[in-house]
Amino acid sequence: MMNTAWAMAWMQALAASIEEQTDYLTQLDSAIGDADHGANMRRGFAAVLTALNGFSAETPGDLLIKVGGTLISSVGGASGPLYGSAFRAIGKALRQPSPSDEQLRTALADGLAAIQKLGAAVPGDKTMVDAYAPALAAFEEALKQGGTAAAATERAADAAEEGARATASLQARKGRASYLGPRSVGHQDPGATSTALMFRALAKATAAS
Amino acid sequence: MKKFINSAETVIADALLGLAAAHAELKVDLQQKIITRAAGPRRGKVGLVSGGGSGHEPLHGGFVGTGMLDAAVPGEVFTSPVPDQIVAATTAVNGGAGVVYIVKNYTGDVMNFQIAAELAGDEDIQVETVLVNDDVAVKDSTWTAGRRGTGATVFVEKMAGALAERGAPLAEVAEVGRKVNAASRSFAVALTACTTPAAGKPGFDLPEDEMEVGVGIHGEPGRRREKVRNAKDIVATAMEAILADLPLTAGDSTIVMVNGLGGTPLIELYVLFGEVAATLRSKGIGIARNLVGNYITSLDMAGASITVCKADPRLIELWDAPVNTPGLRWGV
Repeated sequence: MMNTAWAMAWMQALAASIEEQTDYLTQLDSAIGDADHGANMRRGFAAVLTALNGFSAETPGDLLIKVGGTLISSVGGASGPLYGSAFRAIGKALRQPSPSDEQLRTALADGLAAIQKLGAAVPGDKTMVDAYAPALAAFEEALKQGGTAAAATERAADAAEEGARATASLQARKGRASYLGPRSVGHQDPGATSTALMFRALAKATAAS
Repeated sequence: MKKFINSAETVIADALLGLAAAHAELKVDLQQKIITRAAGPRRGKVGLVSGGGSGHEPLHGGFVGTGMLDAAVPGEVFTSPVPDQIVAATTAVNGGAGVVYIVKNYTGDVMNFQIAAELAGDEDIQVETVLVNDDVAVKDSTWTAGRRGTGATVFVEKMAGALAERGAPLAEVAEVGRKVNAASRSFAVALTACTTPAAGKPGFDLPEDEMEVGVGIHGEPGRRREKVRNAKDIVATAMEAILADLPLTAGDSTIVMVNGLGGTPLIELYVLFGEVAATLRSKGIGIARNLVGNYITSLDMAGASITVCKADPRLIELWDAPVNTPGLRWGV
């Protein structure tokens, strides 16, 4: 059941994988950015865990809105506002004690819309969107075929990882990597990579719920 | 990595502590991470707030004071500040006449200041934003995030700051800031990568005989990599890019900055300035005022940027106005 415990488990799984992958994210960012994505995400999710400690949420949405606000207030850079707005949008669509699969679909779609509204990125720009958009499409397809939320989030996580890997062959058109022009080709996008971590954590939490 | 730090996590807080200890005329709020003038806001004066990632010192904290900024908002190293900080600075400097944000065109800076402007608006503080995007190494097209904001930031902060000090209204202060940005172009070259405390090693490997051409201020690689050439040739490349984009004709006047990126000695910056001056002189273009030194840096990066601003008498007068900050001081 997707309830507040599920949302909490999602955030704990995500915080743990960010912690584990901090150096990897920073290494990806030093190739085409400014080498701070891992440190920024770790700082943000450490703040999230602190903020959620003792925070009583009535719905998973309330908890995720708190996560979004905490990320905006603690991360900085582009990833703070982007992830922060995404989780706020996801949270606003999940203000039921235990949302349905369809409500999760709407929430994930709202999250992508928030990222695209703020960052103005489209698929192919070599950003978070290149992991998020295929993940959402895979999630929707799996639900349409009658899959459970657990199966659909699993498919979404696979698609996000594939999308993140595929950013390596793209030339960046948004964010700091865009200044490198053709030299950005051959490097996997750090933002798309952390987005894949977000979907993998979602799949883990949903399978266990 | 060898650095004078206590830990990568506490670099910003420790540096702010030192800044506060060194400059009694500044007020450093360690909780909110904002730097303001100790005297506080002046009723009826437009407030100037600028900020961005740390690692560019003296920008921006070193430019807080009479005739320049009212507040600086430092983020983590090379990471923009968060909206909460910016709103705290906005509230702290609000003298009732509105606040101008001076924002360098980097995705994170733009987003965080945009969110802050909306939040400040909710508190009935009028905000105008001046976006700095002077870097001609970046093609201004749909294929990038647009030109980066670099050296012209110092010019915008100085001249808009002078106008605000005289009590000019919000729209006029913002307008002169935009005018200075529109009249300025920059180009930078790096000889080494820099090392962020969090990463612990240089951002990229650069062979001894190569340089990065067209870099920004975040230790990221530039537009292309070339063999190192002599100063005259490097200046020729930079000035060609600047002059191709900034219409200057014989008889025009300029303000020029040759800026070190943190790891370049002054002797080399003077070599570069000599070449810049010779280039402009050969075209009959004058240099009315200049700055040579470290003003907007990239940690320990060896490298330099050249900024040229086409200056009219009004801009020169604003440039000459008294300024009293840790990083820039004259006329007082």
